[in-house]
Amino acid sequence: MGAGRLYTAVAAGGFRRYATYRAATAAGVFTNTAFGIILVYTYLALWDEKPHLGGYDQAQAVTYVWLGQCLYATLAIQGGGVEKDLMERIRTGAIAIDLYRPADLQLWWLATDLGRSLFQMLGRGVIPFLVGAVFFPMALPADAGTWAAFLVALFLAMLVSFGIRYLVALSVFWLLDGMGVNQVLMVTGIFFSGMTLPLNVFPGAFGEVVRVLPWAAQLQMPADVLMGETGVAGAFAFQAAWAVALLAAGRLLQSAATRRVVVQGG
Amino acid sequence: MFIEVDGVEKVFEVRKKTGFLKRERRQVRAVDSLSFTVARGEMVGYIGPNGAGKSTTIKMLTGILTPSGGRLRVAGIDPSRERMRLAHRIGVVFGQRTTLWWDLPLIDSYRLMHRMYRIPDARYAENLDRLVELLSLESLLDVPVRQLSLGQRMRGDIVAALLHDPDVLYLDEPTIGLDVISKAKVRDFLRELNTERGTTVLLTTHDLQDIEQLCSRVMVIDHGRLMYDGPLAGLHEAGESERTLVVDLERELPPIDAGPAARVVKVEGPRQWLAFPASESAAPLVARIAAEYPLADLSVREPDIEAVIAKMLRSLGDTPKPPPDRATA
Ligand SMILES: Nc1ncnc2c1ncn2[C@@H]1O[C@H](COP(=O)(O)OP(=O)(O)OP(=O)(O)O)[C@@H](O)[C@H]1O
Ligand SMILES: [Mg+2]
Repeated sequence: MGAGRLYTAVAAGGFRRYATYRAATAAGVFTNTAFGIILVYTYLALWDEKPHLGGYDQAQAVTYVWLGQCLYATLAIQGGGVEKDLMERIRTGAIAIDLYRPADLQLWWLATDLGRSLFQMLGRGVIPFLVGAVFFPMALPADAGTWAAFLVALFLAMLVSFGIRYLVALSVFWLLDGMGVNQVLMVTGIFFSGMTLPLNVFPGAFGEVVRVLPWAAQLQMPADVLMGETGVAGAFAFQAAWAVALLAAGRLLQSAATRRVVVQGG
Repeated sequence: MFIEVDGVEKVFEVRKKTGFLKRERRQVRAVDSLSFTVARGEMVGYIGPNGAGKSTTIKMLTGILTPSGGRLRVAGIDPSRERMRLAHRIGVVFGQRTTLWWDLPLIDSYRLMHRMYRIPDARYAENLDRLVELLSLESLLDVPVRQLSLGQRMRGDIVAALLHDPDVLYLDEPTIGLDVISKAKVRDFLRELNTERGTTVLLTTHDLQDIEQLCSRVMVIDHGRLMYDGPLAGLHEAGESERTLVVDLERELPPIDAGPAARVVKVEGPRQWLAFPASESAAPLVARIAAEYPLADLSVREPDIEAVIAKMLRSLGDTPKPPPDRATA
């Protein structure tokens, strides 16, 4: 279909665009590797004190760390994905150009972000993960089926991640500036995705809540699918439900924005 | 009529902080009961001072802004209601912005247009070849857009806007910031596009030469209102615009006496500036001066478009214009 080819081309463009930032990619690989090592030793100390914290053994905790470093840029957990460009385009009025084209705004940015995600995973995420797998004991599955399920969970996580960031970016149509919302996006993303600690270590009602928020679909779910800690069908359903809800909300907000709100600049 | 604009208005609501927690709401009337039509194949210049409402009009014509009132049709389509359908019929170039993928080679953006507008493969190949040749972009196709100069990028944007054979092309300041050669290239190209393909062109600019060389018809807008619609010559008459003849004599002399056809406006050593009506030819004046004075060199300066418009607006403008924005608190 024509539309399929268009959005494939858009995604390919997103992929290649991020591939042009070689220095940033190299710096990212280094940072994620270094950060992974620091976190691994922190986690190991913590798990020494409290074995089976959150239901993970030490190898699983280590796996969780390296998966987090692998998906950090892939899922733009602290922001810095295409929503940054989108905010800038709304703020400066360059969005006008995206609007008069015969392409759907949300699908366009989703495709770009998927291309970006794929590059960030292959170019930036895989290396720290491999470093972790070589130098630390990890709890990786041996069967192809689990890996396949992990990839599906990862794809759903990408949709959820985009869904959140797209909503945030569209708010700039009303706020006219993305500074504040970017900060919120960063803090919530890092904490509620489980970048600091796995969400299943949090006890009580707070734990119950953070585990059903959309951010839980980003890192926690793919990690648990990979390590066989959760039912695959349940995980997919949880992620898909959030993906659908967020993307639908994005569509609503998008039509409100393009109908009511004004394109900035002359 | 291909473009129909009938009593169109656009009012922006702006909120302004006036004090602690105090905000004032004001309305900016960017376009005010604007009416005009453009026939298929016309090439129209759309001019006016900064903030007159030109870009706002173009945004409404592309469908990305909804008018606050009035009726608007392009190719029979209501732009803001059927933005997507209209998109296949129009091409847009905003001189200050780019539709091209910033970090990727030029050709990638064109391949994307190919998919986006579902241009048949043969058509795409043919259009790309022709446009790229006409705008001399062959050697730049593999260069990332961020490495292009302003003029190259602008030409790149024009190609992108035309690959799908639009019926109408909106150009918002397509020559802004370009050097003389790039400007000439863009103008030659637009003229050819209009005559050979019959593409309707609506062009905003602050460069009078764009209009002079391209448009048989100009529309002048000020404070969102159409103040003039007709041939360029008529605008010069209405604005009593003057060209300037700069004369370098061989030595300092008293002000040149050129008869009633021109008057000296400035003298600086051997150089003198003479103003004469823009609608007149410079030839008789030059002949007379050359015959009577020791002439070393001369040149003609075109009137500045803003000056022409300002004069015209003043000559029409008896009644003081309402301010562009009215506070409604
Ligand atoms: N998004 C907006 N919000 C509020 N007012 C706006 C907005 N866009 C334009 N205006 C106002 O509308 C009026 C017309 O603006 P417009 O951009 O159409 O002018 P223009 O004729 O294109 O000017 P220029 O020659 O400077 O490009 C101006 O007074 C401007 O301040
Ligand atoms: Mg403008």
